[in-house]
Amino acid sequence: MAPRSAYQGELTKLNKEVAMMGSLAQDMVSKGIKAFLNGDEVLIDEVVALDSEIYCQEQVIERHCFEIIALHQPVASDLRTVSSCLKVVTDLNRIGRYGCNIAQLGRGSGHPMDRHDSLSMMGEKALSMVRDAVDSFVKMDKVKAMALLDMDVEIDDMWESMFQLSLGCMIEQPQDISALANGILMARYLERIADHACNIAERTAFMVSGVRLHRSARKKMPRLNIETSTQRETSADGYYNARLDEK
Amino acid sequence: MSSIVVNDLNIWFDDKQALRDISMTIPEKGITAIIGPSGCGKSTFIRSINRMNDLIPNCWIKGKVMVDGKDLYGPDVDVTEVRKRIGMVFQRPNPFPKSIYENIAYAPRIHGIKDRKQLNEIVERSLRRAALWDEVKDRLDRSAYELSGGQQQRLCIARALAIEPDIILFDEPCSALDPIATARIEDLLSDLKNEYTVVIVTHNMQQAARVADRTAFFYMGELVEFDDTSKLFERPDNELTEKYITGRMG
Repeated sequence: MAPRSAYQGELTKLNKEVAMMGSLAQDMVSKGIKAFLNGDEVLIDEVVALDSEIYCQEQVIERHCFEIIALHQPVASDLRTVSSCLKVVTDLNRIGRYGCNIAQLGRGSGHPMDRHDSLSMMGEKALSMVRDAVDSFVKMDKVKAMALLDMDVEIDDMWESMFQLSLGCMIEQPQDISALANGILMARYLERIADHACNIAERTAFMVSGVRLHRSARKKMPRLNIETSTQRETSADGYYNARLDEK
Repeated sequence: MSSIVVNDLNIWFDDKQALRDISMTIPEKGITAIIGPSGCGKSTFIRSINRMNDLIPNCWIKGKVMVDGKDLYGPDVDVTEVRKRIGMVFQRPNPFPKSIYENIAYAPRIHGIKDRKQLNEIVERSLRRAALWDEVKDRLDRSAYELSGGQQQRLCIARALAIEPDIILFDEPCSALDPIATARIEDLLSDLKNEYTVVIVTHNMQQAARVADRTAFFYMGELVEFDDTSKLFERPDNELTEKYITGRMG
């Protein structure tokens, strides 16, 4: 029998739990985007119902991590793995809840078709980043994780372009302001989802190598050259109250 | 306080090599922990620092152990003087079958201190440094065997301190103690490290992580890794170290 087999079993179980939570977070984002873009009320309800499920999974993993720390005193790569799981579940919970937020934007709203494709494309991009982030974390694949960090710039550019475009549309089509504002919010949520995916990627790199990435090495900040960027942003999602050019 | 510089140290017992090409510098002050599986040579190493291995027949030593630039195995070295400068505390508390007072006063008396007042001062100072004075000050004439295991171990530490060493070696000092007595010894070690160079051999990796500033990992007679304790337990460079501290060796 391999040494500390019970301990190894716990670490394997923890890895599976994170993989499962990652899969749920992806599901919530995927369905949230679909629900918003199609205005599908049934799907919206389904995604909203998953909110409590992802919270429960976060709690289970957090308790499991504490149990492993208390009972097995992990060190070195094991400690990095357990501490990384503790951090990553917060990102996954946020990703899932952004999926829920996106779905809720779809309640009773109409969507200007000219932006449907752009949002769909941005959604696919963000979703693929979450998929890669979870995959790299679960498989401890640092190379894949590092590649994700480069992709974050693309999402930031998409968000910036979507924001500028929507502002123009609001001036030209004031009757669509509500729907356009929802589109901006969705784009913003997708950009945040991508950021959380990058957090997971950063954590993966640390977990595998033990070296923390310097924040400045991660990405350049999104550029929003508009007057409002100097103002404090009102809390759009109830969790963040930062300038648009801050992360 | 003194630094210890070990150069190419090799030790054999008969034809069995116990230590192989050990080179490391243990800086003065602070606590250096030696960890490793049974039979890896950690006790042999620590015993080489105050020439305790000399007492073992057919023990052969090659290499240098320098304290403040002087080779402990040099031709003109007085072994008694070495052991006066480098005290040692063992796995099991081993007080003399004498009173608490006599346990402390014994070595200073052997080293020529006869004045009762001076001996009283040494006994009190040593017991205070070992955080035992308050518990025994009213029964110094009682047998050391009346003390608990943890108190006996602190008495042994006080006994080592009585001859004013520069270096104190601890060979598994807590392995026979309960968690409370262990915690008191660990607190004491943390106090002592400001005044003495402390080297501790321990099987308990959590203990090494808690008390040591630096940790050395030995395996099969070789020094595998020696680094700051936080670095070694968070991000060891060597795969063997990683395997050992995460319990995957075996």
